[in-house]
Formats: sequence, structure tokens, C-alpha cells
Amino acid sequence: MTTTPNPAVTTAQATTQTTTMTMAAALNAALRDALEADPDVLLIGEDIGTLGGVFRITDGLKDRFGADRVIDSPLAESGIIGTSVGMAYRGMRPVCEIQFDGFVYPAFDQIVAQVARLHYRTGGTVQMPLTIRIPFGGGIGAVEHHSESPEAYFAHTPGLRVVTVADPQDAYSTMRAAIECSDPVMVFEPKRRYWSKGEVDTTVTADLSSARVLRTGTDATLVAYGPLVVTALEAAVAAEDDGISLEVIDLRSLSPLDRQTVAASVRRTGRLVVTHEAPGNVSLSSEVIASAVEDCFDHLEAAPERVTGFDTPYPPAAVEDHYLPGIDRILDAVDRTLGRRNSREAA
Amino acid sequence: MLTTTSAPDHDLVAGLVQPLYVLAEDGTRHPDPTLDPLLRDVDEELLTGLFLDMAVIRALDDEAVALQRQGELGLWPPLRGQEAAQIGLARALPSTDFFFTSYRENGLAWCRGVSPGEMLSVWRGTTLSGWDPFAHHMATPQVIIGAQAHHAVGYAMATKAQGKDDIAVACFGDGALSQGDLNEAMVFAASFRAPVLFFCQNNQYAISEPVALQATVPIALRPTGFGIPSLRVDGNDVLAMRAVSLFAARHIRSGKGPMFIEAVTYRLGPHTTSDDPTRYRDEEELESWRRRCPIARLERHLEQLGTDVEQLRAEAKRRSLEATTALREAVTTLPEPAPESLFENVLSTEHPGLVRQREQFRAFRNSLAPEQADGQQTEGSSA
Repeated sequence: MTTTPNPAVTTAQATTQTTTMTMAAALNAALRDALEADPDVLLIGEDIGTLGGVFRITDGLKDRFGADRVIDSPLAESGIIGTSVGMAYRGMRPVCEIQFDGFVYPAFDQIVAQVARLHYRTGGTVQMPLTIRIPFGGGIGAVEHHSESPEAYFAHTPGLRVVTVADPQDAYSTMRAAIECSDPVMVFEPKRRYWSKGEVDTTVTADLSSARVLRTGTDATLVAYGPLVVTALEAAVAAEDDGISLEVIDLRSLSPLDRQTVAASVRRTGRLVVTHEAPGNVSLSSEVIASAVEDCFDHLEAAPERVTGFDTPYPPAAVEDHYLPGIDRILDAVDRTLGRRNSREAA
Repeated sequence: MLTTTSAPDHDLVAGLVQPLYVLAEDGTRHPDPTLDPLLRDVDEELLTGLFLDMAVIRALDDEAVALQRQGELGLWPPLRGQEAAQIGLARALPSTDFFFTSYRENGLAWCRGVSPGEMLSVWRGTTLSGWDPFAHHMATPQVIIGAQAHHAVGYAMATKAQGKDDIAVACFGDGALSQGDLNEAMVFAASFRAPVLFFCQNNQYAISEPVALQATVPIALRPTGFGIPSLRVDGNDVLAMRAVSLFAARHIRSGKGPMFIEAVTYRLGPHTTSDDPTRYRDEEELESWRRRCPIARLERHLEQLGTDVEQLRAEAKRRSLEATTALREAVTTLPEPAPESLFENVLSTEHPGLVRQREQFRAFRNSLAPEQADGQQTEGSSA
């Protein structure tokens, strides 16, 4: 990771203490600190100025930094990204907000055909230090297009860094790193965890490329990211009651993928379960499992399992709890990989 | 009702009935109250300069077509017929204004000092970008129709935020009128009063599709719905092109927001060297536009002014030969990229997955029989 050392951050480090805050507040603090630290940073998106964003992630920032740096954009997602490309040509570091996951598709061309390729296309001459923030995932009882997990489209695209965050500390540090990174970074924020609280130390840095082992265990490796990290940790606690020891990995970076951390864990446990909200077909779980099979086939003691959204469009809110992977479905997959009694055996 | 006092006739659009022009087809000077004040500096030197630019870019364009026919280029998008539109614009703006163009704007590239090799490498397939955009204040060709309009607006918004008076120019064709990106870009430009010029070369066709399929009203009318003043101009009149470009740049630079120019012109050649235009347009139409050749028109004008046209033609021939010789030489000496270079610059930083794939690729190449690998390894030796 190449990041530009920033003197202003050092100043902040000296004065900031660890505080308890929500993920939303942590993201707000990260954006505020980034705007403070670098005059080239600006925010652009729908309703992010006067309203402070539909999730209030940018609350108060327009008042503090002005309408030229916290820009309420017209309702055009392709325009938000494409305009930011032009700003980056002129030396700015735009942080774009796509209001909801399901609204990113109109911007697909600008992201995959422009943002992702300009560095490659120009032989490294043009950098695209855009940060594209997207609240993603379900579980909030929303209407259609507000609960999607489109991360695989972008992880599939060369030239983009795709990261997720799972807790307030991770959200703060990852957002700062994303904005300082000279590559385009898409940050997927788990909207149903926006109000979860945690300790945040603003001096902690993140690297945008490594997974982290959140809990060590010996019987199976459980890989999650974004909103399901909390669910995976809860599943690990529940598994303890059955005497099963789960190692929980938060992938964090979806592209590039930290296959070493996953492989090292699978070599220890011999079993792998991957979970995410997105449909499983051609997904992050497809890639994680393929990587593990390539990297540590000889250490696998059972076929890897996955627990994902079904291969359907996101369903109506009334049945989303059946669609979303929960503790019980995860533990059922753990049982399968351990050869314990499970739902499919019963069927 | 939005109005602007800065556009000609205190209206949002000029040239709707008759595109603005100052040179008639027979080369005679036609007075225009809006454009005349912008042409006071025109003298023989300026006119011959425009003539030579147009003649040389046509020769380069023809040479590139020939190189494609000879198998030296994979593809080439000819600009024949559009010389005045491009040269008139390029010679009106300072070289620090930034162009975001489509792929047919080699006349602009020529005026911005792009070298022949830089102009051709994309079409020979040795690079994805021919030149350093920052060195020439011109982004490299955009293939996705209309996508660059956003980039121009964003660039313009940034120059404004930085308090600089550089402007950006979005160059596109009539086909882009149907793209969401162009329309969105006009919304952003109008709302933020971005210092950007929308420059449409209406060459009548998007490959085979006539302009009527993209716009049932004159293109110049479209931006007025966004509140952007618009000038419709004879794109084959290089003097008028220069004048409207000066007019628009002055308007934009004075902080009045974006402006739109529709240059009404015609693509005399195919869309690209892969196209067969006889399938969609007839000889009669083509001939009518050949008679409106922008270079011949300026030549007639110079003749009327008493310029030694024979001598000027000879000079054009000399310069064209110089340029085309350099082009031909450049294309055959363009460096072939090393195979492993395909892994470079995906990200600005190291990517472990790509490092692994490059190592596997290298091992595979090394595993090839020596007679297979020999040539390839020489090429790839930089890695």
C-alpha cells in the first residue's frame, strides 16, 4: 500500500483519544478528518450536503467544509462517478457516495470502463484516487433496490480495490486508508450495522489488503465480511456450546483477496465455511473456496461449505430473514463440514 | 424562463435556421455581426496557417488509412471532411485548456503537439493510450460514446474550485446525443456553472445511423433545455469555427457557465477503416458534401484575397510529405510491448494476485521448447 504520509493526521493522532461511537459516527469522523487533512479531498453524492446523507454519514460536514467540498449532486449516479473522474484528472480526491447499493448500476460503465482502467490505459500516468462509498446489504426491512450486495461485480473487475468494513474501528481506519490510497477504492458499508457501537482509536491504520482473524479456533474456519462478521462471531459463540471451536476470519478486502490468511487458517483447521448475503452463484464464496482448494487442497478434510443469499433477486422484506444467512444456517453448514447430523442428512 | 444575455441575439441558441458562417462556399467573406468582432485579427498569415494545418492533418489522415490498408494499423477512424471543425477549435483555445475527446479528434491532437507515433500506437495495438494527457492537456481517445463528457465537466468544476481560469472541452459526435452520460453531464455543468465547452461535431452519421435517429430537432436545440446557450455553426467554415470557439471560450472563462457548439459537418470517409459506408449513404449525398470541402473553401477565399495559392499548395505539399514520412517511420518503429508488461499498472501498488499470475506466466513461458520461447523471451527480457 502506498499512502502519502500526512502531517495533519499526525497532529490529529497526538490529540485524539479512544472513544466509543457508532459505525456511522466513525465514518463521519473519518470523512471529517480526511477533509481536514487534505484540501484536495471532497465529497459528492445525493443528499449528502444539507440533509447529511440518508444515513447521516455526512452529517454536519457541509456546514463545516462548505458546499464546494461537500457537494449535493444531481440525481445521476453515472454523473457522480464520471464527474469525479474529471476532478481526479485535475488533482482532486473525490469521495463519492452512492446512496444505496441498488443505485450503483447506472454508474457501472463509469466505474468498470473508466475508473478501473484509466491507470492501466494510460500506463500509470493518470491516477484515479476515488473512494466510492456504498451502503450495502439487507436486514433493514427496506423496499426493492435498497438491500443488495453487488460487491462481486466490482471484485471481478481488474483495477479496483474493493473493501468492506465490519465495526466502527475498522470503518474509521479503512475509510481513511481508502481516501489516502492512490488507487480507486470501493468501500462497502454494512448499513444494518451503522448503529452498532465500538471503541475507535483514530491513530489505528488499516492496509486495504489484509483479512484478519477475529477469533482463533481449531475445528473449522468460518469466513465472512461486512454485515455477516458479527453474525459469524455470534455463530462461533453458539458453536462453543456444542463443543465446536470455530476460527472466524473477516475478509475485509474482497479484491485483492488475502488468500494467504485464509489458507493459513484452513491448514490449521482443515475445514472451511464461507458466508455472505450476496447470491452464491459466481460470488466471493466461489472465489474464496476455489482459492483454498488451489492453495491447501491437501489440508482439507471435508468439502468446503457456503452459506449465502439464494440465487434469487433480493426478496420482499417480509421474507428477507429467510434469505439472509443467520446463525442457524451457518451452524448447519459447520455441521455438514464436520460430518455431524445436519438438515440435508435429515432430508 | 432561463435566458442569457451572453449568447448572440440575447437568446439561448443561435444559427438554428442557418448555421453561422463567415465564408460562403465560393470562398467569399460573409459579414456576421456576432462573429466579425472576433475576426479582427485575421490576416493572411493566420489564414495560411489554418490552411496548412488542415492540409497537413488531411494528409496524415490519408496516410493513416493507407497504413491500415497495408496492415500496419489494426484500425483507423478517418476525420476527412471534419478538418475545419477541429482546427478551428484547436487554434482558438490556449494550449492549457483541457480536451476530453472521442477517437476521431486527431486534428486536435496534431495541434496539441502529439507526435505521429503517439497518435498511432493505439491503432497499431501496442498501447491503450498514445500520449501523456497532462503533457498535451488532452485526454487520450475515449471509445465509450459520451463517457468523456462527465470527465470534462468534473475537470472544469475542479479548475473553478481551484480559482483557475482554465476551461475544459468535451468533444463528441452526434451519436453521443442519445447517451445518458452526455445528458447527465449537461445537467451537472448547468447546475454548477462549470467552465466547460460542449463541442459536438455533427458529422451526420453514427456509423450507419443518420443523425435524425439521435435527434429529431437540431442538435443545438438540445442544450437549451438544460439552460446551456448554444451556437450552431457551419463546421466546414474554419474561420467561423475559430470565431465561435473564441466566443464560447470567452463566455465560459468569464464565469457565465457552460456553452455548447454544434459544428455541422460531414464525415467524408467511413466510420473506421472497417466500415463500408456505401451500404447506408448514396453517392449524390457524398458529392454534395465533397463540394463543401473546408480546405477548398479556404483556398478559394485566399485566392480572392490575392494570396499566391500555387505557392501555398506547394508549401502544404512539402509539410504534408514531412509529416506523413514521420508518421510512416514512427509506425514501423513503435516498440512492441514485452509480454509481461500486460501485468503492469493494473493498480498503482503491488497486487499479490497479479504477482502470482505473472510468476506462473513466466514459469509457463520458460517451460516452452527453446524454439518456441526464444523470440518471446527476447521480447520479455525487460522483466
